[in-house]
Amino acid sequence: MSFHLIGVNHKTAPVEVRERLAIPESRLPEACKRLAEHADVAEGMIVSTCNRVEFLANMKNGTGDLRAFMRDYFAVDMGPFESHLYEFREDEAIRHVFRVASSLDSMIVGEPQILGQIKEAYATARAVGAVRMQLDQLLTRAFAVAKRVRTETAVGSSSVSVASVAVELAEKIFGNLKGKSVYLVGAGKMSELAARHLLAHGAESIFVANRTYDRAIGLAHKFNGQAIEFSRLYDTCERADIVITSTGSPHFIFKREHGEQFLARRRNRPMFFIDIAVPRDVDPEMNKLDGIFVYDIDDLQQAVASHVSDRKKEAEKAEAIVNGEVQKFHARLQTLDVVPTIVSLHDHLETIRQAEIDRVRGRLGKMSPDQELAVEALTRGIINKIMHTPISTLKTAARESESTTVVELVRRLFNLEDEPQDAEKEKDKHVATSKSSSDSGASH
Amino acid sequence: MTLIWLRVALICYAVGLLYALVALNRTAEILSKVALHAAYLGMVLHFVSLVEAVVDAGQLTLASVHNSESLLAFLIMVVFMLVYLIYKTTSPGIVVFPLVFLLTFVAATGQQPLVLTPVAVKGWLAAHILMIFTGYAALFLSFGASLLYLLQERALKTKSSAGMFSRLPALQVIDDIGYRSLMLGFPFMTLGLVLGTVVAESTYGRLDFLDPKILLSVLMWVVYLIMVYMRLSAGWRGRRAALLASVAFVAAIVAWAANYFSKMHGFIAS
Repeated sequence: MSFHLIGVNHKTAPVEVRERLAIPESRLPEACKRLAEHADVAEGMIVSTCNRVEFLANMKNGTGDLRAFMRDYFAVDMGPFESHLYEFREDEAIRHVFRVASSLDSMIVGEPQILGQIKEAYATARAVGAVRMQLDQLLTRAFAVAKRVRTETAVGSSSVSVASVAVELAEKIFGNLKGKSVYLVGAGKMSELAARHLLAHGAESIFVANRTYDRAIGLAHKFNGQAIEFSRLYDTCERADIVITSTGSPHFIFKREHGEQFLARRRNRPMFFIDIAVPRDVDPEMNKLDGIFVYDIDDLQQAVASHVSDRKKEAEKAEAIVNGEVQKFHARLQTLDVVPTIVSLHDHLETIRQAEIDRVRGRLGKMSPDQELAVEALTRGIINKIMHTPISTLKTAARESESTTVVELVRRLFNLEDEPQDAEKEKDKHVATSKSSSDSGASH
Repeated sequence: MTLIWLRVALICYAVGLLYALVALNRTAEILSKVALHAAYLGMVLHFVSLVEAVVDAGQLTLASVHNSESLLAFLIMVVFMLVYLIYKTTSPGIVVFPLVFLLTFVAATGQQPLVLTPVAVKGWLAAHILMIFTGYAALFLSFGASLLYLLQERALKTKSSAGMFSRLPALQVIDDIGYRSLMLGFPFMTLGLVLGTVVAESTYGRLDFLDPKILLSVLMWVVYLIMVYMRLSAGWRGRRAALLASVAFVAAIVAWAANYFSKMHGFIAS
C-alpha cells in the first residue's frame, strides 16, 4: 500500500485555477469511481470544496502518480497547473489528511466546516466503493484526530465572526443571555445576523425600530418580535439590554445624554450597544458612562483578529497532536500490512527445513547431486503446500477489515516474533520468495 | 495543638494565595482546582483549630485577638465557598486568599493571654461576635466583588477582553455576588450591633457613645446602610458601588482597630 495525495488549495492556487479543477457534487461519485478504477490506483477519494481540490489514493505501488489520472479525467495538459500543485506521499500524505480534517490547513484555522466536507467526500467515495481498506482506516483515524484536536486544544473555541464575537461579549456582560432583550435599530443584514446569534444563545424578546416602519414590521415578524416607530425610539430603548444599531444616519443617533437617561430609567442596569453602522450611530462618549458598553464595527473586528491570532497559538499544540497521531497510524498500518507476516512465516519454516536437513544429513550418507536435489525438492514442496492456505488466507484478510486479528493469530500460531523490519526490504523479499515458491511449486 | 492545626491550615491557604498571585497573570485552571482542594482541607483544619480554642478557653466567646482573627478568616472562607458552590467561580479568591492568609498568619504566630468574660453575658456575647464577624466576612466579599467588577468593567470598556480578565465571571454574575453578599451581611451586622449594645448595657449599665469603638462601629453601619440603600433605590454598581464598599471596608478595619483604644470593648489583656 502506498498513499499518494495531490491537490491545490487556497494557499497554492488562485480561484481561477481552483475552479478549473473543482468537481461539482453531482459528478463526484462518478469521478471517485473513475479514480478508483484508474490503472495505478487501488482506492481513492476526492475532496472538492471552494478552498481546495484534492485527490487522495492508495496506489498499487509506490511509484504511481495521480497526475496521470488528472490528465485523463480533466483531459488537459497538466503543465500549467504544475506550479500550483502540492503532492504528498506516505506519512506526509497521512499528515496532510489529518491536518486538513483538523482544520489546521484551512484559511481560517479551526473553522469547523471542513471536517463535515471531508466526511461527505468520504461518504461519497465509500458509497461507490472507491474507499474500502487502508483509505477507510486513514479517514476514520483522521476524524478521530480532528475530534482530539477539537477537545484538547482551543483551536476552534474562540469566535471568529463579528456576530459570534458580539454574542461572546454580551455573555461577558450579562452572563446568561436568557431573558435578555435585543433592540434592533435599523434593519440591515448584519444586524439581523447578530440578532439571530443572540436569540440562538438565549436572548428572548426583540424590538425593531426602522425609519421605514414597514421594514421594521417585516423584520419584527421574522423574529416574532415587536416593531416600534422610529419616533418612539428614545422612549422605549431602555427596555433592551442589547442594542444593535445599523442605520444609514450620517449623525450619531445615540448621544451621551440619551445613555444617561436610559441608565436612570433602568436603575443603572448595564446596556450593551453594538454599533455596526458606518458612519457610526453611537457616540463613543457613551462608552464612558458607567454601565454602558459600546462596541463599534472596528472593535468587533479587532476582537475577531485577536481571536484569529489566539487560534494560531493553539494550532501549534494541534500540530503536535497530529504528529503523534501520524506516528501511531504508521505503526498501525505496519501491523495491518500482511507482507511482513508472510515473509517471517516463510523465513520461519525455511529455518526449520534447513535445520532438519542438516540434522539428518549425516545419517543419509553421501548423496548424489540428483539425490540432493530430490531431498531439497521434497522438503520445499512440503513447506509450500503447508504455507499455501495460511498465505492465501492472509492475502484475503488484507483486503478485509479483520486483517489485524488474522495477522495476530498467524503470528501466535507459528510463534513469529514481532521484530520491526524495513518494509521496503520485506516487500522485495516477498516478491522474490513468492516467485521462487511458485517456481518450485510448478516443478512438482 | 490549636496552633499546629492552624499552621497546617495556613499552609493550605498558602496554596490558595499562590493561586491568587498566579491567576492575575495567566489562566491557571489546574492550580484553581488544587487551590480549591487545599482550601477545603484548610477549612477543615481551621475548624478543628477553632473548636480546640473554644475547648481550651472553656468559653464560646473568643478570648483573644488572635482567636478572633482566626474566626474571621474562617468565616470569610465559608462565604467564599458558598459563592463557589452557587456560582462555580474561584475568581473572588484573588481577593479572598491574600486576606485570609494574612489573618491566619497573624493568628498562627502565637497564643495570647485569654480574657475571661463575665458568665452572665456569655451566650449573648458569643452571638454578638458570630453575627458581627459574619457581617464582616460578607462585607469583605462584597468589597472584593466590587473590585472584580471594576476589573471586568475596565476590560470591557477598554475592549481588551483577551488576556487575564477573560477568565473572570460575567459582569452581571460578579454584580450578583457583590449584591447578595451585601444583602446577606447587612442583617447579620445590624443584629450583631444590637446584641453588642445589649451586652454592653448589661455589663456597664450604660453606653458611652463617645467610646471610639462604638462610634466607629455605628459609622461603619451607617456606611453599610447607605450602600444597601443606594443599591436598592438607584441600582448603584460599578465605580460608585466600589467606592462605597471601600469606604465601608476601611470603616470596618478602623472599627476593628479601635479595639486597641476602646475602654469598653478592650479585650486585650493589658
